[in-house]
Amino acid sequence: MPPVLQGLVTILVGVFGCVAYFYASNWLLDRVIFPARGPDPGRNINRANLVRPWLFLFPAIFALGLYLAYPVVGSFIRSLYNRAGDEFIGLGNYIDLFAAPGFRTALLNNFLWLFVVPAAATGFGLMAAQLTDRLSWGNIAKSLIFMPMAISFVGASLIWKFVYANNPDIGLINAVRSAFGAGDPVDVIQIPFWNNFFIMFIMVWIQTGFAMVILSAALRGIPEETIEAAILDGAGPFRLFFQVKVPQIMGTIVVVWTTITILVLKVFDIVYTMTGGNFGTHILPSYMMSFMFRDDGRATAVAFVIMIIVLPVMIWNIAQARKEMR
Amino acid sequence: MENIAGRKSGVAWAVHLAVAAMVLLWLIPTVGLFVSSFRDRDQISQSGWWIAPLPVDLTFRTRVAADGQREIDGAFVIETSVFADDSLARWFPGGAGQVTRFGTRGAAPTEFDAGTTAELRGGGTLTIAADGQAVLRSGDAFERPVTLYFEARIPPRVTTQNYETVLTADGMDRAFINTLTVAIPATVIPILIAAFAAYALAWMDFRGRGVLIACVVGLLVVPLQLALVPLLNLHNQIGIGQSFLGIWLAHTGFGLPLAIYLLRNYMVGLPRDIIESARVDGATDFQIFTRIVLPLSFPALAAFAIFQFLWTWNDLLVAKVFLPAGSDTQVMTVKIADDLLGSRGGDWGILAAAAFVSLAVPLIVFFTMQRYLVRGLLAGSVK
Repeated sequence: MPPVLQGLVTILVGVFGCVAYFYASNWLLDRVIFPARGPDPGRNINRANLVRPWLFLFPAIFALGLYLAYPVVGSFIRSLYNRAGDEFIGLGNYIDLFAAPGFRTALLNNFLWLFVVPAAATGFGLMAAQLTDRLSWGNIAKSLIFMPMAISFVGASLIWKFVYANNPDIGLINAVRSAFGAGDPVDVIQIPFWNNFFIMFIMVWIQTGFAMVILSAALRGIPEETIEAAILDGAGPFRLFFQVKVPQIMGTIVVVWTTITILVLKVFDIVYTMTGGNFGTHILPSYMMSFMFRDDGRATAVAFVIMIIVLPVMIWNIAQARKEMR
Repeated sequence: MENIAGRKSGVAWAVHLAVAAMVLLWLIPTVGLFVSSFRDRDQISQSGWWIAPLPVDLTFRTRVAADGQREIDGAFVIETSVFADDSLARWFPGGAGQVTRFGTRGAAPTEFDAGTTAELRGGGTLTIAADGQAVLRSGDAFERPVTLYFEARIPPRVTTQNYETVLTADGMDRAFINTLTVAIPATVIPILIAAFAAYALAWMDFRGRGVLIACVVGLLVVPLQLALVPLLNLHNQIGIGQSFLGIWLAHTGFGLPLAIYLLRNYMVGLPRDIIESARVDGATDFQIFTRIVLPLSFPALAAFAIFQFLWTWNDLLVAKVFLPAGSDTQVMTVKIADDLLGSRGGDWGILAAAAFVSLAVPLIVFFTMQRYLVRGLLAGSVK
């Protein structure tokens, strides 16, 4: 069966399967197991209502459990075994990793990414949100800054690889350099250490639009009276922005910041396409992929290190969600 | 509101300029690659894309055969057009062109102005006129072909050759269909599952609801990397292996937390009166969900659908792990990152065309449905 046909069948089976499951399970619950008749219909209705939420939730809980909760445990257990998976070696994989210079570089770079990318993307996004706020063509500007969100990480890497190209007739950076009379073209992707920043900028370029859209909505939500009062008290545009507006949207800034932080820990595509991890640019997600299909023990160990880095964000997120529910 | 204090026009100008600069910085790289996808290999390496609409001066080499010489007044003369060379035919359709400079040595191919006369190294003189007419004159007979260098002005050209190559020879057409095959089921299936779960979490009262919501928020953050090895092993054990079915299931699982979170946030905000009065009128939860909540949640459903579609369409990681590596199952991102960058690394025209084949659908989706996307983002992040 060709994949396209298989896809169509899957859509049909998936959609009808879901609808049929929900319909049939509800019908069964209301009519067969706890019918609203007999000696005590009220009790039956109550019982049915106790069960029903779990009918609605079952497919989601099953999928979440299998595809996200189980792997956390599964990966950790697998990371305690050797390459072939038949010998328990305790923390051997982790010890080997921390001894490997490649891993230490990746870990260091990853922390660099974690500080620079969310900060830069949120900063640029906040700037764009504020500047385009009252502009006549602000919506067009926003739309264009937002556009990279639709572009794949691979596509974005290609776009920037072109900008960074060595040939001054291809790469904009070297074209500008040679226009100002600089000598030999430089390959910015191979400059030790600083190449990381050029690669990070691709991620910043993609995520700024996201930050801008959310912060722009937050800025509009600021009560007008506070701004009015500040202006009447003689605050200039900069004081107005930094001392009146920013403190009021701090909550949203934090949300944007953490969202981008989480994304940074998932994305291996950019490093993979730009350098393949060469020239000291590995980050943990790309470093993990270099072990994928080769050494499952090491790969899962790297993945678990990522999980440990994410953990504080996760706990903070859950705490926030619980606070909101009250 | 800020205008009441009488904003200075200087500040307003600075704002316009700053935004314009930022928009340009954000737009130019994409434009550059897009323009380059319509230029051929030589054009790309000879002149920057930013001067693509202008004519460029390119240097060529041609050989003039000795057998066309005539003897006139004791001198041997070859008269020919430099554009007559068959290997240059694609540059000069109809054998016409405009020579700006010429030379006799490869080391200095643009030594002389068109129309002047230069000494040939083997003895004799050479004149090339601006219309390409070359006259070689020598006291002795020419024995070997003479190599000439000239620089000609080439008008800007637009070619769709890159797209044809990418779509026919490089297999992007197959990869496009594969990407579509991955993305659509992986978008449709999680929506349904998530909608039911989100309704339960938003409007049904039961023990453990708070814990479940906290779990969803927590799972939102779990890095995909953790799931790769255990799930691939699981798929192999139960016989799914690396296949389309496997990647659909994987995308469904990975997309669910965001779907449930977004939809629940939206559904909680629906007016309580409508749902309560439907309950009082005797509607079951199933009816309330399908007749009231689902239609009212359309904006959130659309927002998630766009997200998930963009995510699955643009994904590289899940496709690399859960699909077999063969060329008949490659999606476009894998094709570009693993295949084309390796085999066509220097051929920017091909790479650019391939990139834009893969970007076309997301960009169309993005620009037509931006409203829903923005609304969805806001539902997920701003309280």
